[in-house]
Amino acid sequence: MKLSNKTKVIEQGEMTLAERMYLPAIVGGMATTLKHFFSKPVTIRYPEQKRYLGPIYRGQHILKRDEQGAERCTACGLCAVACPAEAISMVAEERKKGEEALYREEKYAKVYEVNMLRCIFCGLCEEACPKEAIFLRHDTMVPVFSTRDEVIYGKDKLVEKMDQRYLRDGWK
Amino acid sequence: MELLNDVFTAKAIFIGIVFAITLGIAAYSTYFERKIAAFMQDRIGPDRAGPFGILQPLADAVKMFMKEDFIPANSNKWLFIAGPCLSMLTALMTSAVVPFGDTVTVAGVTFDLQGIDVNIGILWVFGIVSLGVYGILIGGWASNNKYSLLGAIRAASQNISYELAMGMSIIAILMLTGSLSTKTIVETQQAGHWNILQQPLGFLIFLICAFAECNRTPFDLPECETELIGGYHTEYSSMKLGFYLFAEYINMFISGAVMATLFFGGYDYPGYAFVAGQFGTTVAAFVGMGALIGKSLLFVFVFMWVRWTLPRFRYDQLMGLGWTGLIPLSMFNVVVTGFGILIGQPILAGIGGVVILLAGLFLNDAIFRKKKIA
Amino acid sequence: MDVSNIWYFLSGLTLLSALMVVLAKNPIHSVLYLVFTFFCISGHYVLLNAQFLMAVNIIVYAGAIMVLFLFVIMMLDLRKNKPESKSSLTKLAGAIVSGSLLVILVAAFHKNNLPAPSGETTGFSSQTGMVENLGKILYSEYLLPFELVSILFFVAMVGAVLLGKREAGERNF
Repeated sequence: MKLSNKTKVIEQGEMTLAERMYLPAIVGGMATTLKHFFSKPVTIRYPEQKRYLGPIYRGQHILKRDEQGAERCTACGLCAVACPAEAISMVAEERKKGEEALYREEKYAKVYEVNMLRCIFCGLCEEACPKEAIFLRHDTMVPVFSTRDEVIYGKDKLVEKMDQRYLRDGWK
Repeated sequence: MELLNDVFTAKAIFIGIVFAITLGIAAYSTYFERKIAAFMQDRIGPDRAGPFGILQPLADAVKMFMKEDFIPANSNKWLFIAGPCLSMLTALMTSAVVPFGDTVTVAGVTFDLQGIDVNIGILWVFGIVSLGVYGILIGGWASNNKYSLLGAIRAASQNISYELAMGMSIIAILMLTGSLSTKTIVETQQAGHWNILQQPLGFLIFLICAFAECNRTPFDLPECETELIGGYHTEYSSMKLGFYLFAEYINMFISGAVMATLFFGGYDYPGYAFVAGQFGTTVAAFVGMGALIGKSLLFVFVFMWVRWTLPRFRYDQLMGLGWTGLIPLSMFNVVVTGFGILIGQPILAGIGGVVILLAGLFLNDAIFRKKKIA
Repeated sequence: MDVSNIWYFLSGLTLLSALMVVLAKNPIHSVLYLVFTFFCISGHYVLLNAQFLMAVNIIVYAGAIMVLFLFVIMMLDLRKNKPESKSSLTKLAGAIVSGSLLVILVAAFHKNNLPAPSGETTGFSSQTGMVENLGKILYSEYLLPFELVSILFFVAMVGAVLLGKREAGERNF
């Protein structure tokens, strides 16, 4: 049965002498490997050299503060809902009087945890966030961990430090 | 008697040095194998242990010694231990007849840079090479493992098959030289009259057979991972495995040395006479030893180069190449060489033979081959 | 060290390993002892200054034929059929064959009245066993037997090829 007219029957005859002897093919193959022998290695020696990852690389999470230094997160939970790996959990708390400088909205996340074992760094939390509070940094990766206690990142590790603000190309 | 003792001591020291060089080169072959593989695959290779990773063989050796030395419960214990020992022994014995250099005089003692100059030198090499398969065969059988046994049996039949073609390709050299002594073979090649000029076909056959005898890719079927897990050394671990691998690298180096001896003038190098006249024969001989080792290392590189280029043969292809390809070719080579000696033009006959062979095959091809239907 | 001491040592080793060939229970061990016996015999060749024979003995017997023996025995896995399982007929046949071989050997030595070794070395040339002399003798004095032997081998080879050849239409697997 012919579904399309694209089939092409190829009948192979016997191999020619050059093909049967393999020698020309061997010489050609060895020339190829020799060429690569003298070409530049593509290896990046990782801990010493780092690859440029691009401006939209999705690394470690960060909870942004606004210009005045107040946390942007309002604990709406949309990131937790969007997360396909169910890595995010949070506990919301109402903002008290006198905390306006700390929290931008009237509700904030008292606890905000990302389980790095579950996280797949898909960036859907970024997309879901209405307050532009959570981002995946392009310049920092989640470091190697050896115990399970280190795996769950709380607010101490996630909230942006005031002395080293995180900025991306294209943000102004 | 005193002189004899001096020569004896000098030879003993020389043999010790050759052993040390062989073992050192074998150890560093593992490093270079990994480096060359890496370069050919656009990688860097081991570079963590020491500058450029040159301490890697040491690290490997430590690893080998530290691993658990495991002997399977149902194996034949003594033969299991004897296997790698035999491999190592036969690998090291071959270097005895390789002439590493001409006569030297060191500290008033005159001796040859050669283990022993017997008048059957090249047969000694063949004898030891044919024994080399025992290590693999015994080790593979003693493991009491089907994969090991299959690997061992493959090694045995492969070695025997390729030994024939190897021996036949040597016969042409012997016809030209008229001697089995490696020393004489080298001496007739001095001053640039290398046998490769007269024996291009013989060299090609010998090279292919050397690959098969060393169990190197594309003929490494005894340890074919995809079919036999690890082949004859499936059950081996620790330094016993190390011995097997080490023996392979020693074999590579020694077969390089034998090829250099037979086809590339041994310790001859351009400007030998000049060096001998300028600095004395002793210096020239030691430089010659360096030249021979350099040639062998070049062959080791070719071995590795081929390994990282070509895929493995299938077993029937291997046997077909050996029995129906190389043996008739080497017979043809013997006939052509005899003709060359008869007309007194061995170089012309050597090259002409290849040309006639190719022309004949192409003609046969042009007449009888079924054409491709486009 | 005296050469005769080496000779005694080597002979003892040869006899011991040859006995072990017969006495070893495991056929693989038997073959390995046989290989060792060949080595000892090669040692004797060296003592006789016949280096060519030494090398050829090692290449042909120890290197090729014994490997094939080992090969076949490994493939057959003879450990399954214990010596007890051999029928008395086999044992009888074996006894007859080896017994008649012994008789022939003894008779041959007895008939020929071999002279006892006298230590006389005047007629001995140390170069007899060298490959050059051996080749000259083989290709002049013993040319006819040599060629006949090669024809014999050739016939055997043709026969092996014929037996191994696949006939048209025959299925081998």
